[in-house]
Amino acid sequence: MARVEERIDVGFGSSPSAEVSAGPRSRGDLARLPWTSFFIIAVLILVAVLAPLIAPHSPTEQSLPDKLRPPAWQEGGSTTHLLGTDVLGRDVLSRIIYGARVSLIVAAVALLAGGGVGLIVGIVAGYLGGRVDSFLMRVVDATLTFPTILIALLLAVSLGQGLQTIAIAITVLIWARFARVVRGEVLAVKTRDFVALARVHGCSHLRIMAIHIVPNVLNTFMVLLTLHIGFVIIVEASLSFLGAGIPPPTPSWGQMVADGRSHIASAWWLAVVPGAAIMLVVLAFNLFGDWLRDWLDPRLRQV
Amino acid sequence: MNAAAPVVLEVKDLHAYLYTRWGVVRAVDGVSFALREGETLGLVGESGCGKTMTGLSVLRLLPEPAGRIVRGQVLLQGEDLVRKSEAEMRRVRGRRISMILQDPQTSLNPVFTIGDQLVEALRMLYADAAPALSHRAEEALRSVKVAAPEQRMRAYPHQMSGGMKQRVVGAIAVAGEPRVLIADEPTTALDVTIQLQYLTLLKEIQARTRLAMLFITHDFGIVARMCDRVAVMYAGRIVESGPTRALFRAPRHPYTEALMASVPRMEASVERLPSIEGQPPPLHDLPVGCRFAPRCRYVDDRCRREYPPTLPVGPAQEAACWRVEPSPPSR
Repeated sequence: MARVEERIDVGFGSSPSAEVSAGPRSRGDLARLPWTSFFIIAVLILVAVLAPLIAPHSPTEQSLPDKLRPPAWQEGGSTTHLLGTDVLGRDVLSRIIYGARVSLIVAAVALLAGGGVGLIVGIVAGYLGGRVDSFLMRVVDATLTFPTILIALLLAVSLGQGLQTIAIAITVLIWARFARVVRGEVLAVKTRDFVALARVHGCSHLRIMAIHIVPNVLNTFMVLLTLHIGFVIIVEASLSFLGAGIPPPTPSWGQMVADGRSHIASAWWLAVVPGAAIMLVVLAFNLFGDWLRDWLDPRLRQV
Repeated sequence: MNAAAPVVLEVKDLHAYLYTRWGVVRAVDGVSFALREGETLGLVGESGCGKTMTGLSVLRLLPEPAGRIVRGQVLLQGEDLVRKSEAEMRRVRGRRISMILQDPQTSLNPVFTIGDQLVEALRMLYADAAPALSHRAEEALRSVKVAAPEQRMRAYPHQMSGGMKQRVVGAIAVAGEPRVLIADEPTTALDVTIQLQYLTLLKEIQARTRLAMLFITHDFGIVARMCDRVAVMYAGRIVESGPTRALFRAPRHPYTEALMASVPRMEASVERLPSIEGQPPPLHDLPVGCRFAPRCRYVDDRCRREYPPTLPVGPAQEAACWRVEPSPPSR
């Protein structure tokens, strides 16, 4: 904001009013930032990175005498296990902390791979048009017709359980969503005169795609990316919940919800705590994505 | 202007068709003209008569995959561009022929600063290092009379006015010192006072660089101000061409005559401006004879049967009409 004003002022010589108006406006901007989601995302990343340092116990260490301890604030709970223990006596808090790693890694890998493929396919299809476009978009349509969980289960079963299987399965599932949206954006961008003028100036198609088209669809792409983080985390949790995800004993939030389900009447914390963690993180990323969409839109930013 | 100046661009019997699902659109159907160094040729006609397509086919940038040059030659300093490969054409574009389009609002990439875009364009032309390129970019802005170029380099397109943006587009277009500039209605989107400034600027650039300009427009006021010669296009063909002054004084083709009559004039007050009845024929379904026949007030049977030959009608003036009395070619 302040930078924009600076530039405009240059045309009329220095005007002191810019500094006066910059104050309240930037304070307003600060207030409009989604602090809650920033905070949750920051905590999530810190926790995932520093898991071995923060976790009070090992996430896989079993201790049968300590099994099914309730959280500290409930009767029978103790501060050694803040969020209680599960049926095998493993510390729930430590498992949540290590589970954040799984969620983040899966989200990052799947989004980079799926988003990347989607971006490239979308740009090529949108820019080249014609038969290439028809072909690629039919593939996208076909991909989108598969029910998410079914295809992921199929892949998980055929590729064997594990982190990389989940990442591959989610990549296969989401690239098409990116491709379709990016293609739509490219269709709008490529009709604008600067693309024609780039050709007039001797640019090759490849150069035009890389230099002129990509930066113009990057805003949309980034927003789509953040909005899909939540989706990916949920898919990972669902797969783990269904038993096709991360193999035990590696802690994963979805797996924890699944394990806790049968004890929901006697030990509610086993399912509720990881469930709440999933909900908070997905919500935080969605709020962040909404904010990013508004923030990146130059029309809204200029007002 | 100067008949002795060498011909830079010569278009001979150019046919460029668009193959659409509605049929073959004969957008450019036998167009010929020559452009000399330092000269401005106005290409006028109503919307959809093939003016822009003519400009694009010179650069071999017809809309893909529908557009194709079917026949004819585009000779740039003697080399036929129609026969060149795509890679060779890329070296022609920007360096030897350049183009300015109508709408400055979309002619610049909204996500880059003016400086970045100029540098990017210059990088394709010169193998200089970054600081030298940005120096060149500033020079380019100065040459199109943009005030405070150092600051403008850091501005984004949305922070500039339409006239200013079109100047930047001009700077990019002439950065490679092209021999031919195709200006496709470059001032249509600008308001009248800015139009005049921009036209003056183009004239100055032309005087400095001996650039040949193909000026596509439908504004006769601009033609009178800018062009040495005019070619009037109708339904994919040039129906009349000649020196601006002669053509304005004595239009010989009924279409030119009708166009002139429909331009409002200061001196004569008329109740109603005359207009040309009807619509131009659709380019995918052209009549057999003269294409203007259905709207022509002098039409006879021969007009409907046969397309008239293009004949000299005065010094350097030609018209394609059965009615004109061919005069011996210029003195």
